[in-house]
Amino acid sequence: MQLTVWTYEGPPHVGAMRIATALKDVHYVLHAPQGDTYADLLFTMIERRDHRPPVTYTTFQARDLGKDTAEIFRDAMLASYERFKPNAMLVGASCTAELIQDDPAGLAAASGIPVPIVPLELPSYQKKENWGAAETFYQLVRKLVRPAEEAAPREEGVRPRCNLLGPTALGFRHRDDVREITYLLDKLGIDVNVCAPLNATAEDIARLGEADFNVVMYPEIADTTARWLERNFKQPRTTIVPIGVGATRDFIHEVAELAGIDPAAALKELECRLPWYSRSIDSNYLTGKRVFIFADATHALAAARIASEELGYEVVGLGTYSREFARDVRAKAKDLGIEALITDDYLEVEQQVQDLQPELVLGTQMERHIAKRLGIACAVISAPVHVQDYPARTSPQMGFEGANVIFDDWVHPLMMGLEEHLLGMFREDFEFNDDAVPSHLAMHGETGPRVQAQPEKPDAAAADDKAPIIWEPDAEKELRKIPFFVRGKAKRNAEAFAAEKGLSQITVETLYDAKAHFGR
Amino acid sequence: MSHAVIADVPAPKEGCSERPVIRERGQREVFCGLTGIIWLHRKIQDAFFLIVGSRTCAHLMQSAAGVMIFAEPRFATAIIDERDLAGMADVNDELDRNVARLLERRPDINLLFLVGSCPSEVIKLDLSKAAERLSKNYAPDVRILNYSGSGIETTFTQGEDGCLASMVPELPTLPEGSDQSLMIVGCLADVVEDQFTRIFERMGLPTPVYLPMRDSNEMPPVGPDTRYLLAQPYLMDTARALEDRGAKRIPAPFPLGVEGTTGWLKAAANQWGIDQQTFDEVTASGRARAERALECYREQLAGKRIFFFPDSQLEVPLARFLSREMGMELIEVGTPYLHQQHLADELSMLPEDVQLSEGQDVEKQLDRCHAATPDLTVCGLGLANPLEAEGLATKWSIELLFTPTQGFDQAGDLAELFARPLVRRAKLKV
Ligand code: SF4
Ligand code: SF4
Repeated sequence: MQLTVWTYEGPPHVGAMRIATALKDVHYVLHAPQGDTYADLLFTMIERRDHRPPVTYTTFQARDLGKDTAEIFRDAMLASYERFKPNAMLVGASCTAELIQDDPAGLAAASGIPVPIVPLELPSYQKKENWGAAETFYQLVRKLVRPAEEAAPREEGVRPRCNLLGPTALGFRHRDDVREITYLLDKLGIDVNVCAPLNATAEDIARLGEADFNVVMYPEIADTTARWLERNFKQPRTTIVPIGVGATRDFIHEVAELAGIDPAAALKELECRLPWYSRSIDSNYLTGKRVFIFADATHALAAARIASEELGYEVVGLGTYSREFARDVRAKAKDLGIEALITDDYLEVEQQVQDLQPELVLGTQMERHIAKRLGIACAVISAPVHVQDYPARTSPQMGFEGANVIFDDWVHPLMMGLEEHLLGMFREDFEFNDDAVPSHLAMHGETGPRVQAQPEKPDAAAADDKAPIIWEPDAEKELRKIPFFVRGKAKRNAEAFAAEKGLSQITVETLYDAKAHFGR
Repeated sequence: MSHAVIADVPAPKEGCSERPVIRERGQREVFCGLTGIIWLHRKIQDAFFLIVGSRTCAHLMQSAAGVMIFAEPRFATAIIDERDLAGMADVNDELDRNVARLLERRPDINLLFLVGSCPSEVIKLDLSKAAERLSKNYAPDVRILNYSGSGIETTFTQGEDGCLASMVPELPTLPEGSDQSLMIVGCLADVVEDQFTRIFERMGLPTPVYLPMRDSNEMPPVGPDTRYLLAQPYLMDTARALEDRGAKRIPAPFPLGVEGTTGWLKAAANQWGIDQQTFDEVTASGRARAERALECYREQLAGKRIFFFPDSQLEVPLARFLSREMGMELIEVGTPYLHQQHLADELSMLPEDVQLSEGQDVEKQLDRCHAATPDLTVCGLGLANPLEAEGLATKWSIELLFTPTQGFDQAGDLAELFARPLVRRAKLKV
């Protein structure tokens, strides 16, 4: 039993719903109690889809238990086939139905429904949403894909073809990433055979084998499927996720290699503004900004590289809730000289943000809550997200345009350079109070009033539970003169310094000694 | 827990119930009772709700509450995992451990609800025993109660019913021979409670007590001298539990709109023998204000055709208000359960020819809705945008529970909720 306030991932059947909803003509019959229909609102409200997800819930009740729940399931399956006439069906159980063991697979097999039916076994008490999506996609592909004919060598002038694998419904910017990557591949002279599951039909899935190779856009969703296709269809797969300038360049080289083409011309033509923006002197003040990253593995890894190599930030924390990919994230963290945080416990993440006092948090909707509470700037980089993270405009994360979007999104929440200096210089000015927000950000709901998460008074060093370090009143006063957005860091540094030197009190002197010791 | 009864036993027939009711059994598109926690955890300020359930339950809470949570919520989920199911961990020990961790983190909690879910019920985890056991450990600092919010037993607003019902046996006893006391039952916004208290006091009624109370240290007393008014129509178990303690219900319509509010206040006034003149003196200004407020929206709503999907169990009183006071035409009034007894006054005020429906087969109901092309459709969050995309104006019903709508001074706000989607459609030229 695990105590949970917020969860990063839903149950695995929600992952299956993300696949079903992404597809065009596949219907999912889910054995579940009525409350589980809440999942529809993820798609209709949060993602603002204009259609109901193609899901029929059996909504059995307590009085049905032990009598006819299996019958209810069979009826729902037959009725939804008749009504929606899908070209393939998924059937499965939610957590509650899993416990009553009605055997959806057996019932489906005996149903006589004339389209392929994929029974899903998604252990709800063990696995989570992304795993459920990956497994559903994999089972569906295995069931539907047609054996490829012996590929004749490609004729002169015929463009190489690939599949785009992984984009789903309710994905973070998947819609826009598909567009950007399709554009990029086109520039390189590569066609997209099928993009799946987003906007694919059952027939499209059947044609997956016709491509020369696979682009794995989101490993959390597509890795299992791509590996299977590689083994069974001899389709190589990409291993680089093109988020960020460097990764996009690497991706282009990888793809060019797989497609047997020369990317030089396209690379010259494709433009990205991030490198120049980042080098322009206006960006000087971004140097060494302390950033904390927590996301799914794909976005966390990409963010770590972009933040450190392309924006000149200092990554002080890196973590993920995707345990399946924990190893990669641990390795990346090690490269950066830190230790990765692998957890799905929101409270643990919150504690680390509080301890590290970063200047910028890059995370999910949950980290947005945390950052808001602690008064730290924040940008959202990964699912789970909220309705405002499905912007009307096209704003990909992938490719060169994605890098441009990222530059804007990850710089914008911070104080602007000169403004930062002004606050440092004239902090006694009565108009520069602690609630000052960057002047280019309006005080709307999103920024909200700053909730003082910690007591204004500096408290004991949280790092260890030795005797608390006392702040002298003068030092405390001095600390309060420091602008809020660096105050946390100054406080932390002073306490760490005092602990290191075995001091039990922090004086004004200690504060400045710490400053000298740690530098900016 | 006795929730299963709700679904099974048809309520006693009473009053005007001869109308044909469509009773359907198919896919329901309604939240489960856990959802009530979203407003309950803000109402009872020193209470915490610990759901004993699955990742689905936690995800439901977060998805349904997402936009509405600004501070740290006073609810959480103890997620049952495979170790618990496989018997590798003793579920009760695990629960105790989680409760200990929680109470350590939140020393401000005085009242803890263990909330049952579908999985906890299917595996027959006895939360009442657990609550009893834990109560012994934490008394007197923390009181621990339990109820079910599971989707196999309860829909949406019935979670509040379960919660309130679980508190009734805990309420202090009103000593026999006390003066009659007035209890208002059902979550209301604080501001609305204060308005009602002022009105009752001015009429010369006893100062009402409220269930739920804002502070668990101030549980309202109950006994044979308690007369209670339901402020919400979905409180069957709570009403039964109150009756068990000797309290008597004052039959009344629900305080939505001018007519509903007047009838509701009047029922209480009659109970205490308040004369008509006093009643009129006290309520006249409120009624007049409400009338004026409704006037603004009547033009927008009159003659418009409305369709209710079942959701909050507020559908019948809302339909009564919209048809009688705003001149709307009712196409279908769907509700998860039609409690004939509590709704007797309401049903008698509905137009003769209204189509009622109870339970749901969402696909068939959507067919009827499409065929009827209503001007306004009241439905849950899963259906609203798809219907809007088809060109139907909708009002998402959850908003009706998160907005103070009861009483004279909120009547205009209530009407506005229904007018806004229509006004918006008229404005937009894109
Ligand atoms: S319907 Fe049951 S399993 Fe689903 S969220 Fe509600 S209590 Fe949990
Ligand atoms: S005013 Fe600010 S943003 Fe503009 S150049 Fe100077 S430091 Fe940069």
